[in-house]
Amino acid sequence: MMTPADEAELCAMVAGAQAPLRVVGGGTRSFGKGERLSLSALRGVEVYEPGALTLVARAGTPVVEVEALLAAEGQRLAFEPMDHRSLLGTTGEPTLGGMVAANVSGPRRVQAGACRDALLGVRFVDGRGQVLRNGGRVMKNVTGYDLVKLMAGSRGMLGALTEVSLKVLPGVETAVTLILHGLDDRRAVAAMAAALGSPFEVTGAAHLPARAGGPLTLLRLEGFSDSVCYRAGRLEALLSAFGEIEVEQGDARWADLRDVRLFAGSGRDVWRIVVKATEAPGLVARLPEGARAFYDWGGGLVWAELPAGTDLSALGPFAGHARQVRGSGCGLSAHPPAIAALTAALRAQFDPRGIFICDPA
Amino acid sequence: MDMPVPDTRILSGKDRIVARLVATLGAGGVIHDPAETRAYECDALTAYKCPPLAVVLPRSTDEVADVLRVCHEEDIPVVPRGAGTSLAGGALPTADAVILGVARMSDVLETDYDNRFIRVQAGRTNLSVSTAVEEAGFFYAPDPSSQLACAIAGNIAMNSGGAHCLKYGVTTNNLLGLTMVLMDGTVVELGGPYLEPAGLDLLGLVCGSEGQLGVVTEATLRILPRPEGARPVLIGFDSNEVAGACVSDIIKAGVLPVAIEFMDRPCIRATEAFAGAGYPDCEALLIVEVEGSAEEIDAQLELICGIARRHDPVELRESRSEEESARIWLGRKSAFGAMGQINDYMCLDGTIPVSQLPHVLKRIGEMSEHFGLAVGNVFHAGDGNMHPLILFDANRPGDLETCEAFGAEILKLCVEVGGCLTGEHGVGIEKRDLMGVQFSAADMKAQMRVKDVFDPKWLLNPAKVFPLDVSAPHRAGAA
Repeated sequence: MMTPADEAELCAMVAGAQAPLRVVGGGTRSFGKGERLSLSALRGVEVYEPGALTLVARAGTPVVEVEALLAAEGQRLAFEPMDHRSLLGTTGEPTLGGMVAANVSGPRRVQAGACRDALLGVRFVDGRGQVLRNGGRVMKNVTGYDLVKLMAGSRGMLGALTEVSLKVLPGVETAVTLILHGLDDRRAVAAMAAALGSPFEVTGAAHLPARAGGPLTLLRLEGFSDSVCYRAGRLEALLSAFGEIEVEQGDARWADLRDVRLFAGSGRDVWRIVVKATEAPGLVARLPEGARAFYDWGGGLVWAELPAGTDLSALGPFAGHARQVRGSGCGLSAHPPAIAALTAALRAQFDPRGIFICDPA
Repeated sequence: MDMPVPDTRILSGKDRIVARLVATLGAGGVIHDPAETRAYECDALTAYKCPPLAVVLPRSTDEVADVLRVCHEEDIPVVPRGAGTSLAGGALPTADAVILGVARMSDVLETDYDNRFIRVQAGRTNLSVSTAVEEAGFFYAPDPSSQLACAIAGNIAMNSGGAHCLKYGVTTNNLLGLTMVLMDGTVVELGGPYLEPAGLDLLGLVCGSEGQLGVVTEATLRILPRPEGARPVLIGFDSNEVAGACVSDIIKAGVLPVAIEFMDRPCIRATEAFAGAGYPDCEALLIVEVEGSAEEIDAQLELICGIARRHDPVELRESRSEEESARIWLGRKSAFGAMGQINDYMCLDGTIPVSQLPHVLKRIGEMSEHFGLAVGNVFHAGDGNMHPLILFDANRPGDLETCEAFGAEILKLCVEVGGCLTGEHGVGIEKRDLMGVQFSAADMKAQMRVKDVFDPKWLLNPAKVFPLDVSAPHRAGAA
């Protein structure tokens, strides 16, 4: 494994590479072939201005370190990044670079935006071994093309991130979880749509259909105590047609949902399906026999667990896309030819020698 | 402002080219009479004008694809145009260019409240997107001040913002999908009515690419439930430093106002004389607006006022009614008009880290004396997006040039303190030649390589964004 001590050394390693390299952050997701290029030595927070809601840090900085720093000022990463370790059975330490490269976003994505929405700027080393900068550390910036968004979720296929700057948000005084019992999937998605379409700022909407105690539909509210209490009351009234609401203090359940712990350790395949929320119940109904699934993002994200090697192509077309997160396969649907051509051409521009290995999307 | 020399091959072939365009779109879809093309000679950056070769006004994605195929074959530059409200010259034509206006494409194609999106043709105006979903209790969040006139197509091209970005983000954060036609006529779909695009985030790449990568014809936009209510508080301070510290303290206290607007003394005085909103005569004025139910608003304003009082304000006026809210916003909303009453003005758009506010305002004041031109500052303080308004007299020889030189110095200062040249207006031609202040040659090269991928012949809006000498090899196909 190559571990450059700084950005200059990274540039030299990439420029001098004779064989493809696999960029890794904390190594919390699965590895394939190729020599590993670890960015773990590029760590440390460079700028944190709580009053400006901005943080700039090197890509190898552990997420947990940043979260602790933010918490000390009552702030947080609003997009609630998932920790993949329990689901994938891996060790290692999730890093900012890995989080950004995979655009990792949790349940709050539905209200506060994804990782890419909080990403203000990047520095990265392209396949030519040169440092490129885009964006910056300010919230509004339309100067030149937005390569920041391009790098978010690019999974290391265009370059190795060395520094990221992020918008952070205030943390909250209180959180409560509203629970509806016994809804079938369609009714649950309808209830979540009603909640998310209300002005009461729901910051999480999930549905767990397959449980011994019957299905649970969960809605999260966060903020100042009085406001949360008021909004919980209004939501109870709004959703009265869906049954009685149980109000649970706190948000303890949401970390498990975020990290998909329900499917930890089963040894079966896990798929992540992004879909138009109202199409999700139909999609889940079409999953093969023996599948388990739950809904996040009001139905817009389905996590499905299936017997190893299950082919999902029988699902047919739907508004969205699927990717295997645990297992041996990869993506479900190929990109249309025009998009595939643009993607390949962009890769060729940023990495003309094909130095960066990337798992198929 | 340098622009490429018009191609005589195209100019002399106008009749033949127009005939091909008419054969493609019908006579009603093509404007070529010089008396009529003049209406398209500039956008809202009126200092620069040039009538185009012709204007095409397609009605559908297919028509856009047809007309682009013709221009691609003929090697004719195409300048996409939304509503022509760009302050950066984003829709300024050259004499050999065809303007592709999307104004006739303004239909709502689909509204879906369960999935909270609307799909529209890209020529639809920003405000009319919100009005289309208003009755159901929804709105479209990005709200540039030109929202009555500006088109979604232009909003996507410039990644437009507005006053409420601190809470709701800008266009890219509210865009779920789009249909776009590449210069060679290929139609591509990016994203869709779901929360994450597949593969590379081409949607995010296209948003803010200033019409250089493709022509956006349809957009799927995220709509949000309208808050129960909103009310502002007006806070006046004796110094910019204290106002800046107050903004920082409000944010640190965990409140997330939907807007924090800032005006300095020259701006306050001008708007007071113009609109009579009853603003105090002070050094710095903040308007902080929060949202929620009546009780939630009360609680947040109480917290904000408590913070403000610790900074010893000269004025603290909490709105108690819609009428009072309107009065507080009146001056801010009249600011540009008020400055325009005094003189011609140039509106800048740099962004700075909010901690640099007092330093930057002090330096702008010093520069104002040096250049001999007055300047007023209106500012989205929550997100650091400044709008210095430099006053000049367009009829006085040399004034425009002095104003531009002053503006360039302010933008360089924005970059120097860790900010950027433009926060929401775009680069266009206005800031094109300053790109080297913010980006290295390699940074610009990487961006131009992206254009090489989408538009290898560099026919779409070619003379914008990158300094002409920097883009020359790419435009010549030699890169």
